[in-house]
Amino acid sequence: MTLEQILFLLFAAITLGAALMVVLRRNVFHAALFMILSFFGVAGLYVLLEAPFLAAVQLIIYIGGIAILIVFAIMLTRDLMNPNIPGAIDQWKWAAPVALLLCAMLIWMALGWGRATPAAPVPDNSLHLLGRTLVDAEGLALPFEVASVLLLVALIGAVTVARER
Amino acid sequence: MVPQSWYLVVAAVLFCIGLYGVLARRNAIAVLMGVELMLNAVNLNLVTFWRYQEPTGVTGQAFALFVYLVAAAEAAVGLALILTIWRTRRTVVLEEIDLLKG
Repeated sequence: MTLEQILFLLFAAITLGAALMVVLRRNVFHAALFMILSFFGVAGLYVLLEAPFLAAVQLIIYIGGIAILIVFAIMLTRDLMNPNIPGAIDQWKWAAPVALLLCAMLIWMALGWGRATPAAPVPDNSLHLLGRTLVDAEGLALPFEVASVLLLVALIGAVTVARER
Repeated sequence: MVPQSWYLVVAAVLFCIGLYGVLARRNAIAVLMGVELMLNAVNLNLVTFWRYQEPTGVTGQAFALFVYLVAAAEAAVGLALILTIWRTRRTVVLEEIDLLKG
């Protein structure tokens, strides 16, 4: 086994193990902490995929932003810590088979699909190219601006919805 | 080098774990966390396909960035809704949020 494969298995184990704890831990706060660990594992996988910019974005937006937001929300709404309330609703009895079945189907499709090695090495100016494409009128400038407006509207909407009346 | 299918399998399993969380959790915030796991799985898929199929292009990474943006918007709006429900109903348990039930 090469070092890369060992690192891949390590990060994959961190990601999936922590993700399992996210959905299985009854305590929502513990689940949020495991979610941060899972995001960290995904960032490691991005590094292995030679997308260091996305790994940084993963750390900054997901761990620095979304995870902290979720921890705040848990603290503001904290009442479910008493052990008499189970973490899962009764639906879990059919949710688990559905998830397992979909998982088996997806794995069956993914195995033996795709390439054994990448089509080409990542060019050195990959990040430069991405930045130029995002603001290039011939490239993705319009989706980029629309996405900015979406984010602005969503944040104003969030403030409006959550405001004390 | 790690084959592409390994990454696809990890993303598939992560997606299904998130799906289970969305379907089975009682706490609305935990459901949101399941959604975040699913979005992460999708992003992992996008980056994997970018790396293995078209590493000289930027489409895969750009798509992943847009998914991040939508995830941030979704988390902000979702948590704002949960906070509002908490203020009016004093609960974040999905079974007890039945204001629209006739």
